Amino acid sequence: MADHVGSLFLPGDLIQNLKESEATKKILLGPGLRQENDLILTSKPGILRFREPNVYWIDSPQKRYVPVKGDAVLGIVTQKMGDVFRVDVGASESATLPYIAFEGATKRNRPDVKVGDIVFARFSVANKDMEAELVCIDKHGRSNGMGVIRDGGFLHHCSINQVRKILNPENVLLKTLGKNMKFETAVGMNGRVWVKGRNINETIAIINALAVSEFMTNEQTLSMCKKLADSLAGF
Amino acid sequence: MEVDRTSHELRPMTCELGHLSRSDGSATLTQGDTTVITSMYGPGDVRISKEIIDKATVEVTYRPKIGLPKCSDKLKERLIRNTCETVILSGLHPRTGIDIILQEMQNSGSFLSCCINSACLALLDASIPLKYLIAAVTCCISDKGEITLDPDLKQEKKSVAILTFVFDSKDFNVVTVSTSGSFSNEQFQSCLMACREASKHVITFYRESMLKKLSKSV
Repeated sequence: MADHVGSLFLPGDLIQNLKESEATKKILLGPGLRQENDLILTSKPGILRFREPNVYWIDSPQKRYVPVKGDAVLGIVTQKMGDVFRVDVGASESATLPYIAFEGATKRNRPDVKVGDIVFARFSVANKDMEAELVCIDKHGRSNGMGVIRDGGFLHHCSINQVRKILNPENVLLKTLGKNMKFETAVGMNGRVWVKGRNINETIAIINALAVSEFMTNEQTLSMCKKLADSLAGF
Repeated sequence: MEVDRTSHELRPMTCELGHLSRSDGSATLTQGDTTVITSMYGPGDVRISKEIIDKATVEVTYRPKIGLPKCSDKLKERLIRNTCETVILSGLHPRTGIDIILQEMQNSGSFLSCCINSACLALLDASIPLKYLIAAVTCCISDKGEITLDPDLKQEKKSVAILTFVFDSKDFNVVTVSTSGSFSNEQFQSCLMACREASKHVITFYRESMLKKLSKSV
C-alpha cells in the first residue's frame, strides 16, 4: 500500500503510485479525486483513504450535504404538490418524494403525510443535473424502517462527519447508550439524527451525548456514557 | 505590531477556520495587522434569475468596516469573484450558488491579497471542489525603485506603484494581476519574481492551517 495514505492533500495536489487491482488493472476514484488526462489530482482538502483492493477517496469534513444515490436521509416535508411531496434535506434544492413511493400506497390509497412531517427516506435519483428523488420503499416494495416518523422524538442537526462516525461499526456510542436506556433512532446521512427515548429526560440526555461525542475517542465515549448513566440514575 | 523584517518577507500570518457556526465555511485571516473575515455558503440554492444551467453561480459580497460598499468596493468584489471562479470546479454543482461574503475588520495595507487569501481559506474550510489553490501577494515600488513585499499602509502611501499578483498552487502561474501607479517593464518582472517566490510561503501556510484543523476532527 502506498505510504501517502492517511496524509493531508490539498486541491491541485498530484497523487502518484496508486495501487491498482491485479485482475483489472484499474483504480477506483472516490469523492475528492479527479482525473485530468493521465494525472490524478485532488479536488477537495482532506485525508487520503484507501480500501482493498483498489479504492481511493478523500475524507474531507464538509458541512453542506450533497445528495448521493442510495443515501438514507432525514427530511422535512415542506409542500404537497399534486402527486409529489417536496422534502427539505439540507441540500442545495429540495428533493421530491412521490406519494406512490410508500409501502402499500396505490393511486386510491394515499399515504398520510402532512407538511412538517419528518420522513426517513432513501435517494433513488441523485444526479447533479437533475432534481433529487426520494423513496420510502426498498426494491421489494417494503418500507424497511423508512417512512414518516411520528410520535414525537427530537431531530438533532450535526455535522456530516459526526454521522459517518456514529454509523462506523467500530464506534461504540450508540451501543453503549443502548445498554443503559431504551431508545429509537434514525440517522440520516445529511447530518440529521432523530432520537426518541422513553421520556423527554432520556431523549435530551442522548442528544447531549451525541452533541459532545464528535471529537471523542472510543475510550472517552465510554467514560462519558458511564457518567451520563450515573447522573440519570440519580447519583 | 511592527516586526523587523526584510523587504522580501511577508508579514506574519494567522488564521482561524470554521469558527462561524451557521455558515458552511468560514475563515479569519490576519496578515500583519490586516484582518478579513470570510463566510461562505454553498453549494446552496440560488435565485432563478442568476441560475446557470451547467455550472455553479459564484457570488462575492464585500462589506467595508463602516458605511455602504462604494464603487471601488464593487470593483474589488468583481476581481475576487473572477479569481475564485477560475479555481472552483463549478461544473460539479450545476444550478447551485456559491456565496462568499468578505467582511473588512482592519485594513493595514496589502488588503486585496488578504481578501483573496481569506476567501481561499474559506473555500478550503467548506470543502468546495477546487482545481488548485490560489495565493495572493501584494508588493509596492518606492520612489527610489525599491520593492517591498506585503507592504503596510505607511509603505503603500510612500510608494509610486502597488501591484497584486495571484498565483496558482500547481505551477505558480499568474491567475490575476491588479496594479495601480506607474512602473517600468523591468520593475514589473522583478515584482512578479519576488511575489511568486513569496506565494510559496502562503501555500505552505494553507497546508499548516488545514493540518491543524483536521488534527482536531480526525
